[in-house]
Amino acid sequence: MTTSEPGGARPAVAVSVRDLRIETTSGVPVVMDVSFDIGSGEVLGVVGESGSGKTTVGLALLGHARRGLLITGGEVLLGDEDILSLGDEQLRRLRGSLVSYVPQDPASSLNPALRIGVQLREVLEAHSASRGNNHDERIAEMMREVALADDPNYLRRYPHELSGGQQQRVGLAMAFANRPRLIVLDEPTTGLDVTTQATVLSTVRELAAAHNVAALYVSHDLAVVAALARRVAVMYSGRVVELGLAEELFESSAHPYTRRLVGAIPRLTGGRSLLGIPGHAPSPGRRPPGCAFAPRCTLHIPECDAEVPPLASVGPQHSARCIRAAEVLKHTQAKPGDPVDMVGGDAGSAVLTLENVVARYGKTEVLHSINLQLEHHECLAVVGESGSGKTTTARSIAGLHRDWTGSIRLGDQELETSARSRSTESRRQVQYIFQNPYGSLNPRKTIGETVGQPLAVFGLAKGREAESRVAEMLEQVSLSAGYARRYPDQLSGGERQRVAIARALISSPSILVCDEVTSALDVSVQAAIVELLGTLQRDLGLSMVFVTHNLPLVRSIAQKVAVLSEGSIVEYGETAQLLADPQQPYTQQLLANTPSLDTATAEALHSERRQAVVER
Amino acid sequence: MSQTENPPVVDDGEETISTPPVRSTALVARAMRLWRTRIGAFLVLLLVVVAIVGPFIAPHTATYFAAIPNSPPGGDAGILGTDYLGQDVLSRFLYGGRGILIMAAVSTAIGVFFGVAIGLVAAYARNALDDVLMRSMDVIMAFPQIMLALVAVSLVGAQAWVIIVAIALTTAPRVARVARGAAQPVVERDFVEATESMGVSRFRIITGELLPNILGPMMVESSLRLTYSIGVIAALAFLGLSPDPNGANWGTMIQQNEIALSTQPWGALAPIIAIALLTMGTGLFGDGIARTAAGIDRERGEE
Repeated sequence: MTTSEPGGARPAVAVSVRDLRIETTSGVPVVMDVSFDIGSGEVLGVVGESGSGKTTVGLALLGHARRGLLITGGEVLLGDEDILSLGDEQLRRLRGSLVSYVPQDPASSLNPALRIGVQLREVLEAHSASRGNNHDERIAEMMREVALADDPNYLRRYPHELSGGQQQRVGLAMAFANRPRLIVLDEPTTGLDVTTQATVLSTVRELAAAHNVAALYVSHDLAVVAALARRVAVMYSGRVVELGLAEELFESSAHPYTRRLVGAIPRLTGGRSLLGIPGHAPSPGRRPPGCAFAPRCTLHIPECDAEVPPLASVGPQHSARCIRAAEVLKHTQAKPGDPVDMVGGDAGSAVLTLENVVARYGKTEVLHSINLQLEHHECLAVVGESGSGKTTTARSIAGLHRDWTGSIRLGDQELETSARSRSTESRRQVQYIFQNPYGSLNPRKTIGETVGQPLAVFGLAKGREAESRVAEMLEQVSLSAGYARRYPDQLSGGERQRVAIARALISSPSILVCDEVTSALDVSVQAAIVELLGTLQRDLGLSMVFVTHNLPLVRSIAQKVAVLSEGSIVEYGETAQLLADPQQPYTQQLLANTPSLDTATAEALHSERRQAVVER
Repeated sequence: MSQTENPPVVDDGEETISTPPVRSTALVARAMRLWRTRIGAFLVLLLVVVAIVGPFIAPHTATYFAAIPNSPPGGDAGILGTDYLGQDVLSRFLYGGRGILIMAAVSTAIGVFFGVAIGLVAAYARNALDDVLMRSMDVIMAFPQIMLALVAVSLVGAQAWVIIVAIALTTAPRVARVARGAAQPVVERDFVEATESMGVSRFRIITGELLPNILGPMMVESSLRLTYSIGVIAALAFLGLSPDPNGANWGTMIQQNEIALSTQPWGALAPIIAIALLTMGTGLFGDGIARTAAGIDRERGEE
């Protein structure tokens, strides 16, 4: 394969992947023609959406293939040794010493029954002949490296006594313990708060640089990768479609897919509508003979379908798998979307008022006297880190969380605490969309039954009329009426979330409460869902409470923002103003720690952010 | 409403997962691909047919005296010989399944019905009611099934309804436990809350949202409970506690004819084989379904 990576100021190559090919046991290719090098001390980012093969590639670097998959070709050279040619026993010795792995979920990768000190010791003992107490000093050193306390009491803790970020840092300590030459990080910060994420990321960066470790960082989050990696490989449909320096890749991408992907990312600067990518990524076995992105590409020409384009050089240290790359590069990369045309709420027409809302879980008070107002035709974003109480706020509004006091008014009508004791009319008026579309649809019901349920419950329509309303609603959320007869497990995550939106909107509510509705979805899907919600809000005159931890996303949908921290509102105001000029230190901190493509490329901000991290 | 299978018009950058939806009918159909399920279903069907059709094709009535007691097969004694009173074993065998099967089926059905109801209510309540229900189930479960049945029968008498009630009563708590266990993770899922936020009644949530999601494990559990019910009813009959002590009943037959096992084994052996095959059949069938359900779960987990 062509893997032209012209030299430059590059560190010595530590790991070299050549023509990697992975197939299912039945011979369907999953990953093809993947080639790249990683220099020692360098972090290579691999980004892609679900199903692109990024995790599969990451695991192949450890000589591992998930069940049902086989590594059928290529080599992974670590120095002179080809990892893929090693036997099980040699691989076992290699893993944890020369190559190591940090998995996505720290909670499930640490043994809950063993103290962390014991687990750290295990890693050292597994790869050294000596046993006993002479590891104590080394363990303490490892803990200091990842900025954790090194005293014996801390080491005697169990994983559940640590926070998610601390658990992940223990994971990092274990991965770096034996000074590996290669480390594979598989979305280690997914599920962590931005502040925690920022510290984990800086730990990775510093450790990799300090110990000359080559790191492969797999992520779906372009902003995170841009902040961490020097070079980035973009994967689509099992192939690397673009490879280059991070700044270059995100500012002037040579592949149309990368451009669309960058366009789908919400940005902190400028409220812009997000653009989803139309169509589906083809699944393995159904990939077209030519460029896999061709069916969704706006620059598609007949030649694209002839054969898979080679990964050709388009500049120093920059290559792309597109025959029209030169033309793509001629256009300057447009900033994503148009500025969002946000109609402000109608002032003085509060549809929802929260006054002194105090919510508890058992004896713990999780919300302290919340006051909020949602105006007609307004979208209010409630942002905060995990544990800030943002979801509890949303659940209290919908009557799903029952243990609250204070006053929530719908118009001028007081709402009862629990949904069950509210009037049918107020239940119809306030609709809730859940975070996880995989859990919010009953797997035993057809989409038609699910979407039609509110009609029956609220007595709005039945029989033929209900059926046609369901069909209408499905088309409104860009699904076809034919979906009514399908079951949830036949749908993708984005499609399921559309179904959940349809279920919420079919009863024509006045208020829509969205709880992290895009956090389980890919960026391009997230963009499409936010686009849809924005359109529906404008067209149907909805008022919306949009709960999220994703600050840049707020820019693209909400007119007002309330920042929540530890159960209190710390800042509230117009979106543009609040994000541009935050008044409270907490908000400033939150914004500083949010990885973003805009800031990632600006070196000054970069170091500033690290400074902020160190100060914490 | 459009009747065509429209192509997806979604603009999500994702592929659609095309696993077939799993409903209980689909589950049985998939389970039938396994040999154990097929063999189990065949055995159960065979013995059900024997029990139902038996009385119509039996050469004599159940109490017909064919020859001298304990005659080996052949001649007047018929294909399977005669029992300890000289009655035709084949006829008694053909008559003897119906009672056991009906009582087992009815008592298991009642037990499963109440068990599932109690289990679902307990799982959905998540409060003191849950504890009260499950602890009272534990109390009933503290007695071995056969002991409770024996006590009931010796107090009230060996009538069919007593046996059915006793077995249903002891089946229910065991089913309730499994139902509650299966329903607990379902109760936590968001779609239950989604229906709660609409104000759907508790009854409708339990029957419409929870029940369909635990049908798989409940089918497995029902076939297992049926196996036990057959065993208990046969055991009671073996102890002489059957509704009609003179009538034909596989359990009674084993007891009556065990003394002649060495000279005329068929009197005891035929019902023993029948009961063994029946319980094996329900067991294999249930196991096949359990394996299929587990297999489905595993496939889904890997997506």
